[in-house]
Amino acid sequence: MRKSAIDIWVGIFVAIGMLAMLFLALKVGNMSAVSFAPTYIVSARFDNIGGLKPRAPVKSAGVVVGRIADIKFDDTTYQATVTMTIDKTYKFPKDSSAKILTSGLLGEQYIGLEAGGDEQMLAEGGKINQTQSAVVLENLISQFLYNKAADSGQDKGEGGKGSSK
Amino acid sequence: MTTESKSLFSGLLNALGDLGFFIRRNLTGLGYAARMFALVLVRSGSLLKRPRLVSDQVLFVGNYSFVIITVSGLFVGFVLGLQGYYTLTRYGSEQALGLLVALSLTRELGPVITALLFAGRAGTSLTAEIGLMKAGEQLSAMEMMAVDPLRRVIAPRLWAGIISMPILATIFSAVGVLGGYLVGVPLIGVDSGAFWSQMQGGVDLFDDIGNGFIKSIVFGFAVTFIALYQGYEAKPTPEGVSQATTRTVVLSSLAVLALDFLLTAMMFSNN
Repeated sequence: MRKSAIDIWVGIFVAIGMLAMLFLALKVGNMSAVSFAPTYIVSARFDNIGGLKPRAPVKSAGVVVGRIADIKFDDTTYQATVTMTIDKTYKFPKDSSAKILTSGLLGEQYIGLEAGGDEQMLAEGGKINQTQSAVVLENLISQFLYNKAADSGQDKGEGGKGSSK
Repeated sequence: MTTESKSLFSGLLNALGDLGFFIRRNLTGLGYAARMFALVLVRSGSLLKRPRLVSDQVLFVGNYSFVIITVSGLFVGFVLGLQGYYTLTRYGSEQALGLLVALSLTRELGPVITALLFAGRAGTSLTAEIGLMKAGEQLSAMEMMAVDPLRRVIAPRLWAGIISMPILATIFSAVGVLGGYLVGVPLIGVDSGAFWSQMQGGVDLFDDIGNGFIKSIVFGFAVTFIALYQGYEAKPTPEGVSQATTRTVVLSSLAVLALDFLLTAMMFSNN
């Protein structure tokens, strides 16, 4: 087949398009985070997941070891069931604990895994029993205000000096 | 019954008739378009034997749109960098500038602006070309020679549009991100590492870039098909061709924006 100038120009055009796609995939997107490595599934129940979302990272010691696959509400225990996929290269003891943490003050939420001391390791379909819910800012503030009010009430009762500030 | 109420009644009947006529006429157009669409798809199989026909048209609709797409992408990236910085700096999170630029480009602006420019640059010339072919009776002449114009003229252009549009949109997004980087990092002084790492942390290959790519394919389909249909169904007069070109721009822009809303609602609503 004869190569004409048209073919060369079209080839250049398509090649630039592929380069742009490669740039988007490698430099802009998180190609490195998309892994096709084999994973195993672990689930955990939380009283409150806060703003946790599917595909959020699961980290241990700050390193991403997996991702959240699914979040469901269980109406028998009124808890949230979070399913996560963890990279098969990382093994965790059976009594590991899961916490919902926030990166930075307003950052995204993720699950932090803390290894326990059990001999047996979590396997496919395993359950993490020790969990700690997300910190809900409103609860924290209301607790703080409640304590503050209780303190000022005590002050009044003791000395009569109104510390109403 | 008074004459007044009688005339009111007949006026109402007239309005109803007008409405019916309007809908029937447009439905007919829709039916023609759907029939032509199906025929083009069925008859484009023979293009596999003659890919040269498609690559000629890729040169015409793709390569020649390259410059306008690149330059617009660069400037859109510049503006996003400046405006994004202005807004983000109020919340003290200039670091997220890269994320903002990349997400808005790959999800929305890349496919949509490229499709609008593509409609103006390539769509109009396709309509005018085919409209003039029809006015010059070239299409009829082809039929006389037992050459199917749908197969020989319409199908290669449609596929060239579908191939070119995603490539152009990808180039637009990539150049836009570079433009945002140029304004953000060397000009304003956002930290280069934070710019890229925030971007890589927040942009998902399949959810954001992949969905943007799907959008651009759909837009390429819509814009090219509207342009070809308008040209093919144009009145074979100078006014007819000019009206068809105008309709191409109006209809394809509307179609792109409406489709964009639908696709966005379908793709990004679940999280």
